[in-house]
Amino acid sequence: MFDSLAEKLQATLSEVRQHGTLTEQDIDGAMREIRLALLEADVNFKVVRQFTAQLKERCLGADVIGKLNPGQQVVKIVGEELTELMGGASAGLSFSSRPPTVILMAGLQGSGKTTATAKLARYLREEHSSSVAVAACDVYRPAAVDQLVKVGAQAGAAVYFRDPTHPDRDPVEIASWALERARSEGKDVLIVDTSGRLHVDEQLMAELVRIRDAVKPTDVLLVVDAMTGQDAVNVAESFAEAVQFDGVVMSKLDGDARGGAALSVKAVTGKPILFASTGEKLEQFERFHPDRMAQRILGMGDVMSLIEKAEQQFDEGDARELERKLRRNEFGLDDFLDQLKMIRKMGPLSSLLGMIPGFGGQQLKNMKVDERELDRIQAIILSMTPEERRRPELIKGSRRLRIARGSGTNVQQVNKLVKQFGQMRKVMRQVGRGKMPDIGALMRNAR
Amino acid sequence: MARDWSDLFITDGPAAEGAPDGSRGSRDGGGEGGRQRGGLFRRLRESMAKTRQALGSEIQATLFGELDEQTWERLEEALIMADVGASTTASVVATLEEEAVSGKLEGGQALSERLIELLADTARVGEARIDIRAKPTVIMAVGVNGTGKTTTIGKLAWHLRNELGVSVLLGAADTFRAAAAEQLEGWAERAGCEIVTGAEGSDPGAVAFETIAQARSRGVDVVIVDTAGRLHTQDDLMGELGKVRRVIERQLEGAPHETLLTIDATTGQNGLRQAKLFAETAHVSGVVLTKLDGTARGGIALAIARELALPVKLIGVGESVEDLRPFDPDDFARALIAES
Ligand SMILES: Nc1nc2c(ncn2[C@@H]2O[C@H](COP(=O)(O)OP(=O)(O)OP(=O)(O)O)[C@@H](O)[C@H]2O)c(=O)[nH]1
Ligand SMILES: [Mg+2]
Repeated sequence: MFDSLAEKLQATLSEVRQHGTLTEQDIDGAMREIRLALLEADVNFKVVRQFTAQLKERCLGADVIGKLNPGQQVVKIVGEELTELMGGASAGLSFSSRPPTVILMAGLQGSGKTTATAKLARYLREEHSSSVAVAACDVYRPAAVDQLVKVGAQAGAAVYFRDPTHPDRDPVEIASWALERARSEGKDVLIVDTSGRLHVDEQLMAELVRIRDAVKPTDVLLVVDAMTGQDAVNVAESFAEAVQFDGVVMSKLDGDARGGAALSVKAVTGKPILFASTGEKLEQFERFHPDRMAQRILGMGDVMSLIEKAEQQFDEGDARELERKLRRNEFGLDDFLDQLKMIRKMGPLSSLLGMIPGFGGQQLKNMKVDERELDRIQAIILSMTPEERRRPELIKGSRRLRIARGSGTNVQQVNKLVKQFGQMRKVMRQVGRGKMPDIGALMRNAR
Repeated sequence: MARDWSDLFITDGPAAEGAPDGSRGSRDGGGEGGRQRGGLFRRLRESMAKTRQALGSEIQATLFGELDEQTWERLEEALIMADVGASTTASVVATLEEEAVSGKLEGGQALSERLIELLADTARVGEARIDIRAKPTVIMAVGVNGTGKTTTIGKLAWHLRNELGVSVLLGAADTFRAAAAEQLEGWAERAGCEIVTGAEGSDPGAVAFETIAQARSRGVDVVIVDTAGRLHTQDDLMGELGKVRRVIERQLEGAPHETLLTIDATTGQNGLRQAKLFAETAHVSGVVLTKLDGTARGGIALAIARELALPVKLIGVGESVEDLRPFDPDDFARALIAES
């Protein structure tokens, strides 16, 4: 229902063109759709109310004569306002001028603190070349320490922990001891993992304050599950009051939750969202981008992320070469194979598709990207001769049979690939000429 | 008052009284029964208080204090804030409004009673009990990462032993997450039951198989299989879950007898997607609504009941062994619109 917000707005605002500007009456209908969409995305009710009031102001009298239709115009305004509200440009961590920088992790049970701790450790090692230690202060959940010992080591961090048999297992004590050790071992960063706690658990919240006072963190981070509903504001407000956290890590953003909690948390605490955790692998952790999140909440995909990921994989020389080939119609199956391998390196295909506009969770469900299908495609291409890869139109009759046998597939599958490739080449030429392809239609055809 | 443990489980004959028979695979002997019981009741009382806190608060007087145009808006707001979701909220409020307008309901008291009834009826779907007559009964726990599968299993094992006196064997089929088996071992110890584990990274289906095989040869009453947390959108991991289920199905006729999906009460509208996709892959038979001891109301469970006909069977109200309760639709309905 949410993917079509743009369409719904378009329908509500179809009459508008005639008078050229948005009137109060037009907008009320549009605001209703936006309100529903935001609620469906789990943005807190009160935040929604505030936000739509503000939005209405901006839309009133907005010009709709330009290139965009009124629906698009309103979507654009909503997107801008959401991005603005979520923090404008991306924010970052603070680092202490006298190392170690201490980062304290806090959050509800099951929000993903331990995983986020290890991911952040890895991130800081990779992106800031920091030497990192992590402290295991979750003494309550069974085997929480074991978990951090394992994932912390995977992240290449030193793990400071005390055995279950150690006489002093007070988390405040462990945190102070870890800080001493980080200092004496000359670490750049110490990340303190704590046990999950409910914001209404006075005893445990007081303990968290004691941990904070003991280690005087440079940054306190609140880890918030992207699937959190209306309660996100209560959680965020309570943690803000108790430990004045500096920023937020959104976890489990690889799912299909709209993540409206991000907006709620930012709106009620004013604290920026710093990182997005997007999978179970340690490297699935990135800087948070408010503009992308705005698009996601609105169900408009995450084009920016996709572009950035692609940028990481393709270097410029390759890109120019590819462009040249496309122009000259020399793009062959060999090149396709290279592309395919590169794209697959970017992550599981389903997560990439999720970033394409118009491919919200609903469609993805029906799409079912079959990674095995991709394996099959690779096998088929690898069974072709270089000549055949350059000029797929050669693949007929006995060649088809040979390729099918060589790749353990059948003639129909070989045929299908060759045909799809032909179509794709056509589309890519259009892109080369500056036209955007209709990716949705393309994928539907490919099925 | 909440449903009782003996109402929740379908057993052969009357429930066994008292502590379990120490010879049936329990780790801690029955020796220290007396001392433990005193402590036990104290903790039980505490946990009941927590449950009451979570479920039994006063319902919002403001909702129907004065019937006016804003009444329905306030009601909608209350339900949305409880994560009930737009469509379930709209349907419940529409019914109530209709009845009020047609003059069937008069006064705030009648309205709030009827509202609670409507909400409770929405929650009351399917088989609300857990049948443990099969020997062994196999229960599988599934759900998204961190929703409370392992903790729920620990608490459930403890209650099965202590409330019903049945023997329990746990299977650590989360071979994926670091230290998952160690965590379940911790719970086995607390609950006083045995556990079967496999190496990290080993085949979860094999662990489930081994657990059931051991349960059969030892004559254990109930097997509970823990599985790795996964997002419902991860097709490969969901496929793996389906495979574990099929291993169990082939091994023992009728198994798994119960597949419990844990839903974190703080979850918003995404909970509906979780339930839908887990139900498709794992044939979920009931929901455990966890973490109701916070301020979240868990209204998404109502949407899940209404749209997928999946009943909540258990609620989690804390992190100790006692903090698990049978689900009671009336208490739940009352708490949804309680004063915060
Ligand atoms: N307050 C509260 N915390 C709970 C409840 N149930 C579980 N938890 C906590 O939530 C966290 C996650 O619980 P787990 O049982 O490890 O969840 P899981 O689903 O097994 O997690 P994974 O196996 O990692 O996917 C732990 O810190 C638990 O103590 C509950 O009812 N109330
Ligand atoms: Mg678990």
